[in-house]
Amino acid sequence: MIRVQREDFDVGREIALLHENNAAIGGICTFVGLVRDFADGDTLAAMTLEHYPAMTEKALGDIEAEALARWPLDATVIIHRHGRLRAGDRIVLVGAASAHREAAFEACHFLIDWLKTKAPFWKLEEGARERRWVAAKVEDTAAAKKWE
Amino acid sequence: MKILYFSWLREKVGAGEEDVSLPDGVDTVGALVTWLRARGADYDAAFAEAAQVRVAVNLEHVDLEHPVADGDEVAFFPPVTGG
Repeated sequence: MIRVQREDFDVGREIALLHENNAAIGGICTFVGLVRDFADGDTLAAMTLEHYPAMTEKALGDIEAEALARWPLDATVIIHRHGRLRAGDRIVLVGAASAHREAAFEACHFLIDWLKTKAPFWKLEEGARERRWVAAKVEDTAAAKKWE
Repeated sequence: MKILYFSWLREKVGAGEEDVSLPDGVDTVGALVTWLRARGADYDAAFAEAAQVRVAVNLEHVDLEHPVADGDEVAFFPPVTGG
């Protein structure tokens, strides 16, 4: 399940939906990304997430399909917010449900690693000193590559 | 052809979207970039750091050799930073 939205999401509700009506699921792993209140030595009050709507849906669908092909999963979720978010707000949720915990852990890790490097979102930070577009990180690229 | 710009590419070009008619001979992403850069200083500045520009044609990531034609949707953007 994929959603791209301005609104916040309820983590407990999303976990419940992942295993609703399926008692074969033995574990669910989730990752929640948040807006930090610091960046590059500056304090941060908010950031704006821009995206490419037509491509976002396709990119997230491809990432989810890849996870489903690689691991024995019963359900997955990717929710990504866009628009202006404040420090402390939730940005993203990924989750994977499986009969076995290894599959859930690995798929969850994979989902966020690929999302960070393959989904068309860009972050504009509003610091106390300046506003700046976040540059892609070498570590993120390396993290995504380990799944290739 | 519809061309989209995102993030700081949008800010440098000064528009998020435009419709253009491709001139004869512009039939790859690389040729399109060369043609765009010749249109003005804003475009030239946007594409100056070639290593920082990604491109998608009809929602697929492609490289400079990829063909383009009228009717395509071409998007230019920096490396993504979501999540």
